[in-house]
Amino acid sequence: MNTGIWNYWVVVFLMMAGLYVVMAKRNYVKKLMGLSIFQVSVIMLYVSMGKVTGGTAPIYVLDGGTPAEGIVYSNALPHVLMLTAIVVGVATTAVGLGLIVRVREAYGSVEEDVVTEQDRAAEAAEARDFAEAGP
Amino acid sequence: MKEQLPVLVVVVPLLTAPLLVLLRAPAAVRILSLLAAAASTAAAVTLALTVEAPISYHLGGWPPPIGIEYRVTQATAFVLALVTTIATFSLLLGARGTRSEVTNGRTHLFYAAFLLCLAGLLGMVVTGDAFNVFVFLEISSLSTYALVAMGRRRRAFTAALNYLILGTIGGTFVLIGIGLLFQMTGTLNALDIARHMTQAEVGGTRTVQVAFAFLVVGFGIKLAVFPLHQWLPNAYAESPSAVSSFLAGTATKVIYFQTMRALLVLFGASYVFGTLRFGLFLGVLSLLGMFAGSLAAIYQTSLKRLLAYSSIGQVGYLTLALSFGSEAGTYAGLLHMGAHAITKTALFVVAAAIVSGVGTDRIDALAGLGKRLPLCAFAFVLGGLGLIGVPGTAGFVSKWALLEAALADGHLGYAAALLLSSLLAVVYVWRVVEVMYFRQPPPDAPAARGLRGYDWGALGPALVLMVASILLGVWSSPITGYVRTAATQLFRGGL
Amino acid sequence: MNASTAIVAALLTPLAGALLVALTGRRPNVRETMTALASLATLAWVLWLVPAVALEGNRPELVLARDMLPGVDLAFQVEPLGLLYALVATVLWPVTSAYAVGYMRGHHETHQTRFFVCFALAIFAALGIAFAANLGTLFLFYEVLTLSTYPLVTHQQTDEAKRAGRVYLGILLTTSVCLLLLAIAWTATTAGTLDFRPGGILRGHIPAASVPLLLGLYAYGCGKAALMPLHRWLPNAMVAPTPVSALLHAVAVVKAGVFAILKVVVYVFGLDLLRETGGSQWLMWVAAFTILMGSFIAFTKDNLKARLAYSTIAQLAYIVLGAALATPDGILGGGLHIATHAVGKITLFFCAGAILVASHKKNISEMDGLGRAMPLTMGAFFVGSLSIIGVPPMGGSWSKWMLALGAADGHAIFIGVLMLSSLLNIGYLIPIPIRAFFFDPKPEHAHGHGSAAHAHGEAPLLCVVPLCITAAGCLALFFFADQIVDLLRPLVEG
Repeated sequence: MNTGIWNYWVVVFLMMAGLYVVMAKRNYVKKLMGLSIFQVSVIMLYVSMGKVTGGTAPIYVLDGGTPAEGIVYSNALPHVLMLTAIVVGVATTAVGLGLIVRVREAYGSVEEDVVTEQDRAAEAAEARDFAEAGP
Repeated sequence: MKEQLPVLVVVVPLLTAPLLVLLRAPAAVRILSLLAAAASTAAAVTLALTVEAPISYHLGGWPPPIGIEYRVTQATAFVLALVTTIATFSLLLGARGTRSEVTNGRTHLFYAAFLLCLAGLLGMVVTGDAFNVFVFLEISSLSTYALVAMGRRRRAFTAALNYLILGTIGGTFVLIGIGLLFQMTGTLNALDIARHMTQAEVGGTRTVQVAFAFLVVGFGIKLAVFPLHQWLPNAYAESPSAVSSFLAGTATKVIYFQTMRALLVLFGASYVFGTLRFGLFLGVLSLLGMFAGSLAAIYQTSLKRLLAYSSIGQVGYLTLALSFGSEAGTYAGLLHMGAHAITKTALFVVAAAIVSGVGTDRIDALAGLGKRLPLCAFAFVLGGLGLIGVPGTAGFVSKWALLEAALADGHLGYAAALLLSSLLAVVYVWRVVEVMYFRQPPPDAPAARGLRGYDWGALGPALVLMVASILLGVWSSPITGYVRTAATQLFRGGL
Repeated sequence: MNASTAIVAALLTPLAGALLVALTGRRPNVRETMTALASLATLAWVLWLVPAVALEGNRPELVLARDMLPGVDLAFQVEPLGLLYALVATVLWPVTSAYAVGYMRGHHETHQTRFFVCFALAIFAALGIAFAANLGTLFLFYEVLTLSTYPLVTHQQTDEAKRAGRVYLGILLTTSVCLLLLAIAWTATTAGTLDFRPGGILRGHIPAASVPLLLGLYAYGCGKAALMPLHRWLPNAMVAPTPVSALLHAVAVVKAGVFAILKVVVYVFGLDLLRETGGSQWLMWVAAFTILMGSFIAFTKDNLKARLAYSTIAQLAYIVLGAALATPDGILGGGLHIATHAVGKITLFFCAGAILVASHKKNISEMDGLGRAMPLTMGAFFVGSLSIIGVPPMGGSWSKWMLALGAADGHAIFIGVLMLSSLLNIGYLIPIPIRAFFFDPKPEHAHGHGSAAHAHGEAPLLCVVPLCITAAGCLALFFFADQIVDLLRPLVEG
């Protein structure tokens, strides 16, 4: 295996793990955690692509007050982009958790199966009520 | 002032939102949000009327490709004007509709989220920077989740949560796609990416193909392309009336515009439809979506869900137009995007008027509406005719364009499928019409209350939109001419 | 005033009439006056257009909106065939309005305001179809006509009406959206224009093998022509009040279908193209089949309106046959038949409605001896029947004669079809007046108050006068057929 791209294996593993959790788990909190893992994998992708072989941290190395010549820096732009992505991720998790709290208040559960079952029962009851009240 | 318009369109709603949170007083919040949307509309319409050559606005004075560029072309100006106009109409409705629907004490948050969502959508349209698209996408998405959750019933919470999960996956896929493109081209400016893409050592690589796949699936989720549409019916049906009418007319439309730009500008039509042969795949998915969405709409028991499933079918029309990979198809797609935005918003606004008159949107409960609320029922019929694409409505003009685009490329099968699926629209619209006019109203239903019995805050905007749709149906040349030049520009990779 | 103004006025008057009727709905007498005024004014505008078109050979034009669709204007042009169709519709509108007032009041129908509003809208649409200068405009008004007549068909709002409405909309919308629209789009992409032009627009643009297919899309796309097997909506639509059946399902709506087919044959395909390619051969056979089958089915119907409906299906196929023959006499005969059949059939429907209002009888088997109570009505029925059969001195004889002439040129077998059909017409129409005049009334059911059931005389005056007028019209058309043929002759010359 080419060790030069092992960072991608990490990214792919995290991504798949996260997506698997989102799809397979029926608990909303766990789903949301899976989603976070999934988002983190993308942050890893970006951060690792900013690395330049042999490059140093993107801070000017000074040579007597002026930037030194011939120094290779890593690319700072992906890191900066990820600052935004991290904010988005945090906000998403926060909104999601907030919604889960409301779901818990309204349904008394954070299990998708329980919630779906309650919705279905409510729907059936509504249809029945209407059929009785109607002509 | 005039050269600042491209940024003002976005900044006005964006900065008004936090102001609303500070202001809190419901009456002031309503007026201020409406003013902000109206100002944004004015800016967008001015841009649409004056833009000739593409306007490039450099944010913070940094020229592209280093800095972020806002680009206004005829295509973007058209979408900006459409989105802001629909937002204003939805806000007019919000002024009445949300009072009963949104729990008291949260009105200011509702309007703040609404404006943030608007700013996000507009930002996506106007920006010429790929990463910026992601940022605005998430701004609009996050506020949409909150807006959907403000619906009347508890089901709104789960609808919002499911939308959040799928939407985040979609948004993240877009982010991955952009990242891979950045890796290959070293730039985030859309035009710059497109320029690099023409070089063989970039355009022919596997990485670009993967980036294409991620972007298409990501946008596909947010666009609700069949079979990635599961979030849409609940999100539209459970959200407050003002939100469903706003989302139905703007959210999927803006994403559709993004998809068009991704395919035609970033990757280029010759790469997507020539090298990758993406047209057939997209065409088949579109047909499935058209029929699945419309068939599902026939069996719905709630009016808003019916309209939501109809939207999935209509997204099929839009992607079908794109799948032709032709200039005529691009034109038809842009036109149908506008026509359907007006029609579907109008229908959701009518649904809001009906809900506030009847108290529910169950179709069974609409029995005898032709007697109880004749204007509402009539407005629904008009909107339904637009949805079917009866001549004399905007829906017909765009359906005609779709038909011509299909026939021009020799896709006789697509043309036939297009017409057959509009018959399904007849079925689901007429199912409601028959309930409204042929079923006796329940004995305890209040009798007709004259003109004062209507929720004019909802019915007024609806009727205005209906009239606009009919006017465009018989006198479409100003819009079609504009859209045609916009489509030509877009198809040739201009942004 | 110039001709364009007259076109606008002719179109706007029914529309304004609809609005005025809606506004004055609370006072029935004022409302009915509005209908009368609007119908007479519309007639005046259309009559005003006649000399310019018929004598001076002008083709007044009017563009209402440029580029309704890209390259297709919302435009009108008055040419002879359209003028004839408009004349038929507008001459019969005031007559039918008078009849409708008598019928609706005599029959105690509800929702009369909606009825008269939709009626005026339907006339508006019919005029739009008549004057359309291109296929796009024609399609627009074709759909307006379908939609504005839907509330009329389902007027009773019963389950039966709902079912009939489904068949009505189902067939008319399906055919127009799936077939007609496809045909129009196909025409637009091959010919590059949708304008009606003398000599056609398709010649040289379309391969001969595609002609039958495209013609089929048009013939069946105009579902209002009720060509078998897409005829079922017409008998179903008979659930509507009789004035609707009379004006719309004997005159305006069904004639819109055959009118569109004639117009497409003359101005889109061109007679030469059809004759050279033989692309309309199959349509002649379908029309002949519809003529005979319609007549046979009419025999089996005891319900008077149902029998008339199937008779209409057969008579419409005459016009389609004339179009499919694509000979000058065929086209002229088809055009003339639009007028003669309209006047004849509306008379029969008026009679059916008058019988219903006066005696509450729907079935032919109950009408024995009815002629003694209603001599005028049954007399008019006899006159109308003669015209449909084509016996001189009734107008119908000329149109059948012209159609036979048209068939004589190479398709003589269809003369036989026409003759056989006339015999069938005699068979299913003439027994009705015979029973009414010469049979003794059947004894009433035991528990009924027999004397009361016989106490009725003629229907209200407003019902009887119109049907006498149209019966007289059948006779008059015999003497004015020449003028109509002269009016239409430019269609087939040059």
